[in-house]
Amino acid sequence: MNIQFSQESMSEINRVIGHFPPIRKKSALLPVLHIVQKESGWLSPEVMDKVAEILEIKPIEVYEVATFYSMYHTKPVGKYVIEVCQTGPCMICGADKTIAYIETKLGIKVGETTADGLFTLKTVECLGACGYAPMFQIGEQYYENLTEEKIDDIIRHLSSNANNI
Amino acid sequence: MGRKLLLENIEKPDINTIDGYLKYGGYRSLDKVLKGMSPDEVTEEVKTSGLRGRGGAGFSTGLKWTFIDKSTDKPRYLLCNADESEPGTFKDRLLMEKNPHLLIEGMILSSYALGCNTAYIYIRGEYMFILRILERAIQEAYAKGFLGKNIQSSGFNLDLYVHPGAGAYICGEETALIESLEGKRGNPRIKPPFPAVSGLWDCPTIVNNVESIAAVVPIIMMGGAEYAKIGIGRSTGTKLISASGNINNPGVYEIEMGVPVEEFIYSDEYCGGIKGGLDIKACVPGGSSVPILPKSLLFKESNGSPRLMTYESLSEGGFQTGSMLGSGGFIVYDEQQCIVRNTWNFARFYHHESCGQCSPCREGTGWMERVLHNIEYGHGKEEDIDLLWDIQRRIEGNTICPLGDAAAWPVAAAIRHFRHEFEYHVKYPHRVKDADHVYQPEMKYQTI
Repeated sequence: MNIQFSQESMSEINRVIGHFPPIRKKSALLPVLHIVQKESGWLSPEVMDKVAEILEIKPIEVYEVATFYSMYHTKPVGKYVIEVCQTGPCMICGADKTIAYIETKLGIKVGETTADGLFTLKTVECLGACGYAPMFQIGEQYYENLTEEKIDDIIRHLSSNANNI
Repeated sequence: MGRKLLLENIEKPDINTIDGYLKYGGYRSLDKVLKGMSPDEVTEEVKTSGLRGRGGAGFSTGLKWTFIDKSTDKPRYLLCNADESEPGTFKDRLLMEKNPHLLIEGMILSSYALGCNTAYIYIRGEYMFILRILERAIQEAYAKGFLGKNIQSSGFNLDLYVHPGAGAYICGEETALIESLEGKRGNPRIKPPFPAVSGLWDCPTIVNNVESIAAVVPIIMMGGAEYAKIGIGRSTGTKLISASGNINNPGVYEIEMGVPVEEFIYSDEYCGGIKGGLDIKACVPGGSSVPILPKSLLFKESNGSPRLMTYESLSEGGFQTGSMLGSGGFIVYDEQQCIVRNTWNFARFYHHESCGQCSPCREGTGWMERVLHNIEYGHGKEEDIDLLWDIQRRIEGNTICPLGDAAAWPVAAAIRHFRHEFEYHVKYPHRVKDADHVYQPEMKYQTI
């Protein structure tokens, strides 16, 4: 299967490659993986092979990086990945309750995706929002000082967004 | 009220734009440097200021700069460590989000001092929304001639880029950060050679924390000697403290070094006391890696004088009775928090974040996590407590990078100061097993 990335992604990829000397193309690997994951939803072997081709490196150099960093999805995920911070300061401010509430609300456990493919629930380690706990991240957005009402609103909003597409 | 050098204008709504930043006196330090200071003079000012690395290690920034290898023809690089991932720490984020030009100006000044023509800000991938803020600000700086070729007609060139990580605490370690910037897994390198000699692409490289680089701006403006007058002893200047946990006013505070810990916790200017009128049980004053201190050791040094927010005072007594200022990630625990649960939580964190290169860390962090999980969930044995002590002792000092130490210290300190809570868990497993304990660990442990 020959993967082609969108023009928008390709121009973004070329921009970050331009941050480095021509012989150091590999340095652009992390940002390039972010760009293609945004477009593809997750990093399939085909997507990673294409990245290797673009950066002129071996596929294994992409795989080993994709499996090391926690933000890369090497398996398909839902449209919205809810990443709840569960580390110390968030925990003592109610992260456990937040996680349990979302599990009940969406009817899934941590690590699972809703049947409609909309939401994946994931726990993550410290996101640097300790003073605004409990919190989660969805895409590039931080949601902080969460309450059950706020969570309801966020999920309702995202669900209706998705249904309107 | 303490002096504000970094957060002075942080609440100004237009400070995030270059026009706003200029309006409040921005890029004046750069002007001063380009018009009349040599690179070595800039380094000298930073040395004189006594500024110590704000990422956690506390090593003299100016001294670090003097280590850069000037004997080679290779290009030199400045890397800003914006991988802020130490649990309890969220200060760099505030600076970059609200006042990106302060960091950019600091990067230009520091690059000038070091003779770098290319610099990177390595920011944790989760802060992608801040990367976009920084990139916009960098574009503004290029447009005004503060970046690029022949900056302000000085003949000095600098290209500045922002580079995202992708979720790995270890990339805050400087050699792992370099590996990551080279497009590899974040495996720390063996030192020596130090990055100042052989760093990014084997070229001389300096890695500094966001707050350290931002502090160069006021240091140049006021002069190193003036900056050094703030604070106490070898803890000079101001420090950003990220305050979190069971307090009334969580947030980021800029303090003059030397504020008493008790005042920091109870004054309305800072944390505003413990939430819900509860008593304080413990505090981790410098990010999850540093030893937890019980209330009995938190407010006073061993000679009875007040414990202060300085590098020296927080570490007074060594690990027996002290802790560290670290990154300034100040986590406060009220009397109802379970220390075993917190220790397990941190152990899980370090296990998750271990890069896997060194066996003591790779195996030890997972082992500690499992033992602590057992104790926390009522399956612990008496001998597990000594086992934990033994494991942490064998990790500390036996790994390439400090992550091993960072994983060992919280466990050691928790057992040292809160052994009774571990014993309680082992003795009364039925009391810690129930769901209430999991989601509402509101138990008192004094009743053993």
